[in-house]
Amino acid sequence: MTELAQRLGFANRSRRVGTGVSIPVVIILVAAAIFLLVGSLVSPIFAQQTVAGLAQGAIFASLALALVLIYRATEVVNFAQGEMAMATTYFAYQLTLWHLSYWAAFFLALLMGFLLGVVVQVVLIRPVQHSVIAVVIVTVGLFVLIDGLVTWKWGADLKFMPAPFGNQVYHVGSVAFSRQDLGTLVVTIVSVVLLWVLFRFTKLGLAMRAAALRPASAALVGVRVNRMLAIGWGLAAVLGAVAGLMTEPTVFLQPTMMQAVLLYAFAAAVLGGLESPAGAVVGGLALGVFLNLIGQYVGFATSELRLPIAFFVLLVVLLVKPHGLFGRKQVRRV
Amino acid sequence: MTALLELENVTARYGPVEALHGVSLTVAEGEIVTVLGANGAGKTTTLRAVSNTVRRDGVVRFDGRVLGRAGPESVAGRGIAHVPEGRGTFAELTVWENLRLGAYSRSGSIKGDFERVLSYFPWIEDRRNQQAGTLSGGEQQMLALARAFMQRPRLLLLDEPSLGLAPVLVTEIFRIIRELNEQEGLTVLVVEQNAHIALQVAQTAYVLEVGRVVLSGPSSELQQHESVRRSYLGY
Amino acid sequence: MSRRLAIAIACFLVAAAVVVLLPFELDGYHEGLAAKVAIFFIAVLGLNILTGYTGQISIGHGAFMAIGGYTTVIMSHDHHTNLLLTLPLAFVIAFGFGVIVGIPALRFSGVYLALVTFAFAVSVPQFALKFSTFLGGSTGIQTATAPGHLWLYVVSWSCAGILFLVAWLVLRGRTGRAFRSIRDSEIAATASGVTLPIYKTLAFGISAAFAGVAGSLFVLATNGFAQPNEFGVFLSLELLVGAAVAGFGSLWGVLVGAIFIALLPTVSADVPLIGSAHGQDVVFGLIVIGVMLLLPTGFAGLLQRLRTLPGIRTAEKEG
Repeated sequence: MTELAQRLGFANRSRRVGTGVSIPVVIILVAAAIFLLVGSLVSPIFAQQTVAGLAQGAIFASLALALVLIYRATEVVNFAQGEMAMATTYFAYQLTLWHLSYWAAFFLALLMGFLLGVVVQVVLIRPVQHSVIAVVIVTVGLFVLIDGLVTWKWGADLKFMPAPFGNQVYHVGSVAFSRQDLGTLVVTIVSVVLLWVLFRFTKLGLAMRAAALRPASAALVGVRVNRMLAIGWGLAAVLGAVAGLMTEPTVFLQPTMMQAVLLYAFAAAVLGGLESPAGAVVGGLALGVFLNLIGQYVGFATSELRLPIAFFVLLVVLLVKPHGLFGRKQVRRV
Repeated sequence: MTALLELENVTARYGPVEALHGVSLTVAEGEIVTVLGANGAGKTTTLRAVSNTVRRDGVVRFDGRVLGRAGPESVAGRGIAHVPEGRGTFAELTVWENLRLGAYSRSGSIKGDFERVLSYFPWIEDRRNQQAGTLSGGEQQMLALARAFMQRPRLLLLDEPSLGLAPVLVTEIFRIIRELNEQEGLTVLVVEQNAHIALQVAQTAYVLEVGRVVLSGPSSELQQHESVRRSYLGY
Repeated sequence: MSRRLAIAIACFLVAAAVVVLLPFELDGYHEGLAAKVAIFFIAVLGLNILTGYTGQISIGHGAFMAIGGYTTVIMSHDHHTNLLLTLPLAFVIAFGFGVIVGIPALRFSGVYLALVTFAFAVSVPQFALKFSTFLGGSTGIQTATAPGHLWLYVVSWSCAGILFLVAWLVLRGRTGRAFRSIRDSEIAATASGVTLPIYKTLAFGISAAFAGVAGSLFVLATNGFAQPNEFGVFLSLELLVGAAVAGFGSLWGVLVGAIFIALLPTVSADVPLIGSAHGQDVVFGLIVIGVMLLLPTGFAGLLQRLRTLPGIRTAEKEG
């Protein structure tokens, strides 16, 4: 089988049967959801932090989902995912400078993101996809390259895009929700759902899943595996673009804007189980809410410690469930 | 009968190791041809040479046209369905999704094909949403056949369909293969270790040893052949 | 003495001669650069022991460098310890941290291990920010005295030489064989009697210790200043790039890898392509990508391929 693997350019691997969703995990998540609901009803601050945390978490989820998509197909973590998202957001910014409306720029940027993902896969990743470490290094190089290019073209000072949802604040009782947070939640949920529909119900989605699960068998039924991989990278880049565009209203446009988000997205993706798209979404949302609530209620946990706390949580979860909340041990053909 | 598949002096290798040393064989349209041989004789490699999933040299001609450097995806598109070692089933996907993938290279409606599949494998209807990996061995083999059939190929390449199956299932599988051949006009090239049943179902047989064809002819003749009887039929 | 050993010793002596003679040709600034090569040499050597020889991925070695660096600074700043003495201290403390990280790391492998070490790399600088009174915060703290270029050059290359010999001895012997067997197949290694936890943790410890020393020297090379943002994620990624360019599993490639990451930023800053400091990033990124596309197995892989070229008849095996 190695011959075939070499022809197709990546390792022949066998995946587990069934999902990794176990009953204890589901119970814990349901309990957490109930806790959040009750807390929100009791305390307005709790509710505000929860919603803000969900919005933040939705951004993590979007980028985490992009990472998982790529990992599922090629067993590689794309270190440049955040920077690609950032570059796409800058592209949207440029479009608004050319007098396009925000939403026109938004959708054009998504398209550009898709193209960027496809081009990166075909030009940079495909030649080295047989070696995991080489791909990782290439993405690291891409990270630096994009950073340099963006800073060169637009400079490192803060830039601002028009607000997508305005600055309105809604009041429900004594609780204040920002339109921005709600908008972020809606946009990310819609994009995740659309992607889910694509994978579950379309012929293309099925082919992409098949190419990711068993590339050798997929080729035998006529699936152009390399093409599916390129499309996968394109879609992942679109998710990244959504994350970037939804991050911009909060931290504004600067070359480093996605670097912290990428780290949280890594944590969320691994938390959920690197092979599980649902896990990435749940992991992202959970992480966002958790960090916000901890920041609010635990004095020791100041902003410098947010990142270490996120990773500490990750470490604890991994010690108990080494493959993430929804992951399962990979069975590899020896 | 015209030749649907021709192999002329095909060599194949895995890295530096050559596995086929100049194999030539012909499969006529509408025939069932079997390739017999012990483990390591090169049977699987022969099929891989056709679907171009192994490094090969020599000429492989399908329906008169040479299959050059085209990868397995285009080979499938030309009308060749390869059911490999291990059946190539997508264990994580459902039965229906596996069938749907079988028809990937086809355009247009596949409802009719699905109906036909059900006529050969009626049990599939109830198991549509079951995960393919949870099927029994025999069911998985039949699913593999069904998946290949959904492709509506002209040539079916089967790699040891009897592997790991109880005798009664083996008989059933080969009965279905014969039915598909007779009723759908499907040409079949099946490699097998179970010479007994393969020689009963196939019209022509080749025997491979260490990457070379050592014997070939109508299966009725080979069934009587001294060395075949001793080495592969056990009497 | 085997032919291979003789060649190795000859190469080493030639390299040593070059190192000894070089300062007579270089001015202070370039001496500093050369010292930087030595520093990265030590760090990448350490990383290679863990990732190349034992097969455990780490994207966290920047953190071990930070630990070594801060050890040196604190000992010098608070206790006025002799700078040279802080080096073995950094070695030991970093070794300890390496073992501490190595123990939970036993549970993970592959990408998960990479991400756990990555988490470590990300978190350590944050602690320096948090405990600012003790560790200096974002402005950092400084050693009591800052060494000159020549001192740095001599000490860095001496350490590089010593640690290279240490690595070579360790990897030649039983420990090295154990490491390599773990990389190739953990199941087979256990079956041959290699106690995985001990050797894997040992690999982590040694590798961290090397990085710790490199970190101390790194701090001394930047005017004795230790700042959190010097030890960020990017440092760990740089080390990984260096190890990949070196090629995993070979000691000789490490020098090439170290030269690559130590000098490339400086070289690319001089390229008039784009002009600003960001031109440096662009060039660095392009070259890293280019090197990986052309030489995915790194310099060591190139050496391997050259060795197997027809006409170069050697019976040696990569040991």
